[in-house]
Amino acid sequence: MIIRGGIVYDPANGIFGEEMDLCIDGGRIVEDAKGEVIDARGLLVMPGGVDAHTHIAGKKMNTGRIMRPDDARLGTELRSGVCRPSTGYTVPNCYAIGYRYARMGYTTAFEAATPIIEARHTHEELEEIPILDKGALTLFGNNWEVMECVHDKDIAKLAAYVAWGLRAARGYGIKIVNPGGGEAWGFGSNVKGLYDPVPNFDVTPAEIIHALAEANEMLRLPHSIHLHFNNLGKPGNYTTALETLEALEDIKPSRMRQAVHVTHMQFSAYGGTSWRDFESKASIIADYLNKHNHATMDMGQLLFGAATTMTADAPLEYGNARLTHNKWSNHDIELEESSGVVPMVYSRKMLVNAVQWAIGLELALLTEDPWKVLMTTDSPNGSPFVNYPEVITLLMSKPKRDSEMATLHGELSKRTSLGCIERELDWSEIAIMTRAAPARILGLEDKGHLGLGADGDVSIYNLSPHEVDASQEHATVKKALAAAKYTIKSGTVVCKDGKILATPRGKTYWVDAVAAQADMDRLMVDLQDKFERYYSVQMSNYAVQDVYVTNPRVVKAGLGAGPLKEAA
Amino acid sequence: MIVEDAICSFCGCLCDDINVEVEENKVKRVRHACRLGSSKIMGHERIRRPMVRKDGELKEVSYQQAYEQAAKILLAASKPLLYGWASTVCEAQKKGILLAEEVGGVLDSTATVCHGPSVIGIEEKGLPGATLGQVKNRADTIVFWGCNPAEAHPRHSLRYSSNACGRFTPEGRSAKKIIVVDVRETRTSKNADKLVIIQPGTDYEVISALRMLVAGKGDMVPEEVGGVAKSELASLSEMLLAAKFGAVFFGLGITHSRGRYKNIDNALSLVTDLNSHTKFVIMPMRGHYNVGGIGQALAWSSGYPMSVDFTRQAPYFNPGETAACDLLAKADTDAALIIAADPASNFPRTIVEELAKIPIIQIDPYENPTTLLADVVIPSAIAGVEAEGTAYRMDGLALRMRKLVNSSYPSDEEILDGILESVRSLRCSRSLQGGLKDDN
Repeated sequence: MIIRGGIVYDPANGIFGEEMDLCIDGGRIVEDAKGEVIDARGLLVMPGGVDAHTHIAGKKMNTGRIMRPDDARLGTELRSGVCRPSTGYTVPNCYAIGYRYARMGYTTAFEAATPIIEARHTHEELEEIPILDKGALTLFGNNWEVMECVHDKDIAKLAAYVAWGLRAARGYGIKIVNPGGGEAWGFGSNVKGLYDPVPNFDVTPAEIIHALAEANEMLRLPHSIHLHFNNLGKPGNYTTALETLEALEDIKPSRMRQAVHVTHMQFSAYGGTSWRDFESKASIIADYLNKHNHATMDMGQLLFGAATTMTADAPLEYGNARLTHNKWSNHDIELEESSGVVPMVYSRKMLVNAVQWAIGLELALLTEDPWKVLMTTDSPNGSPFVNYPEVITLLMSKPKRDSEMATLHGELSKRTSLGCIERELDWSEIAIMTRAAPARILGLEDKGHLGLGADGDVSIYNLSPHEVDASQEHATVKKALAAAKYTIKSGTVVCKDGKILATPRGKTYWVDAVAAQADMDRLMVDLQDKFERYYSVQMSNYAVQDVYVTNPRVVKAGLGAGPLKEAA
Repeated sequence: MIVEDAICSFCGCLCDDINVEVEENKVKRVRHACRLGSSKIMGHERIRRPMVRKDGELKEVSYQQAYEQAAKILLAASKPLLYGWASTVCEAQKKGILLAEEVGGVLDSTATVCHGPSVIGIEEKGLPGATLGQVKNRADTIVFWGCNPAEAHPRHSLRYSSNACGRFTPEGRSAKKIIVVDVRETRTSKNADKLVIIQPGTDYEVISALRMLVAGKGDMVPEEVGGVAKSELASLSEMLLAAKFGAVFFGLGITHSRGRYKNIDNALSLVTDLNSHTKFVIMPMRGHYNVGGIGQALAWSSGYPMSVDFTRQAPYFNPGETAACDLLAKADTDAALIIAADPASNFPRTIVEELAKIPIIQIDPYENPTTLLADVVIPSAIAGVEAEGTAYRMDGLALRMRKLVNSSYPSDEEILDGILESVRSLRCSRSLQGGLKDDN
């Protein structure tokens, strides 16, 4: 396949809006190719989109579907052509997830939170999602074995457990959610801060995070720890965010990447002492990131309208349910986690929601280096992923932001600095925040760029980047981003003018890390005891079998793994 | 040969510590399972060959002939019902959902006459739940409401609930408070610290009274509710509030008594209320081993957990209209595919009479009363014994069922695949014939 004459944005390879041809053969970008010619003359061309943090599969997602038949009706699309039927808006069915990401030019999406014991379910759903390449991060932050290793300061055994857990879950990396809080929730409480001890385990959240970061680097995992802060969603929590980031400054990354990725920072950049004096502290967070290089983040942008909140932060969800009097699902997971799901509507009339909306944008606009901040909505927590074009156009257009702000609460300008920010992101920055940076942050070497050997994932939009003024013509831009002219996945046109043409099966990435055998042996003694006394399943029935990952892409890490090819 | 850690394919407990002794490809002995599970795994007399009814009698045919006959029935119907699914694995369920999409049918599971009202209650209020291991490790107070696990889920109490030992429950039964609420004494209540006998059909009122007591508004509760003295309810509410971790398990006694899904709605609300005082979770006691799985597979593929109508080319869900019994009651379905279920035994009589009027395809290892009504009978390998696959425990945990012995029978998945292929080729040849006619 040859893609002719597109205006290409490939920031990882230093290409910023140059007219050039791209060739794909055998599913990869090559020097020269024959076959189908795609006419992209003058059109915006980028690598396929990569979502490094989204909720697309597993128990939480299905709980959302089961408790929200009202939501399923919102997104009904008929079965037609190669497509199975679609349903749902905030909690779409598996098929809709694949089709809708592909329609926007996205070809890769990573599920953000899976307990090891429930990973089999996650993979059942990932397998049903068409087109996309995917992976799932594995939860470790409230795990008994983890906390016991942390208590014993036994980082080697902890690393062995992480390697074992990733293998058992067919998982991609370490996710930490409200560390210690999920365990405390087992008896209905929470931890209040970074140094508040976890009941019954005599460790603090700070110790859990730091130890997992050390284990992460000991195993040389492709991704860093992926962290959901303590106190998330609470007024005044920006201090917890800063404290946590500072506590990780001494972590030395084992690869050319961040030491910590902070997810949905919007929910952790809050000032004030209550919802009454709630205000943005985005500028302080952005300032910290501008001065430090060990951390990256994603926005977790909130948009007005329907959402479904779902997180392993179960006490937070209980709070959401109390606050909104909405229906509440909770799910505690033995020895490992807790979680919850609550439907939500973010209202333009609500000052708090307006401030949250502004904080996400502020974070992205005030952080100077676009490689440090990913465009996400923590779908479907801040808004479902189908609204990414809205977020991108807000980032690219000051007039759009101003006209939105004019419809919001009059107090808003006192609570945020958004109105004073002149910055408008350009296509290079958008290509970084939606392609190059998420791939680099996850450690996906063949994604997010169009260099030779990269995956043949390309999105082409019906838009001339040099002619359209994204600041003024944001409506045109939004329309173009919502339905790609072409989405090409591994060299196959999967979507044309918003219509799905093919539904190939995507790959599933997981990390196979090798730990020292002596540490693994010590670990096995612990685990055998845990399965005998505490788990409700046998160890032999616990790990995800190969049959659940039919198109695996195994990334090797840990001891003895070959020299690592670094991202460009 | 001994297969260790096999998973029992009887009830929603999915006990995964079963040892099965196999000799010459036959199950000889089953260890650790309860009597129900053991007899399921041991098996009994099977349907031998596929059969099609001719002149009122079932005649043996080949599998291919049976698939084609099934395909003809499904294609001739304007709204076929694809029912059952609870006692087979997710791999078959997924194939069934695809078949329902392709023939434009309604897919419903046995939950419709079981925990269907629980699902509707969850749609109203959500489900504050946990995995069974969480209950085992933490629960000091356990309520069994309208269920009798001692007889229906015999190993539940030892593995997960009343008699289980865990990290924070090392003393097991002796340090726990067990409460049974039912309309009569049961084997489960013999193991209880407190039995509350309520009048049949008063679950909603009793739960409402408990909610008032928990909320500190006991002065509004009448002296007697559902045949239970207020003082008795007050002491029950104190027991609930005294829990460090409480768990409510509920069964058909509450889902199918007067009030139905509203009972569940209220029970879920009680548990939510209790969480402002202490920690509480709630869970339905699912019956068939993978009735949870069909709910999960339907939800991720259609957006809805049961009673899904695919006749409009997109999933449509409206229990009361699209549930199996509702369709049959209104004679709104004109063919049925019944898999891994026995509606002739479990549906109300008038509904079974309607079922008898329409063509029926049955897929099952065993003969049952539904076989007497069936027009096509296709024997299958026993999922979870002769075929492996995924099942979801009552707490939503997915496990992989092991294959214990080989079978000459095709699996449910293979049978559905065969029917699907026949549907596609029949459609294809018909549209070809139609095309030729147009040319003439």
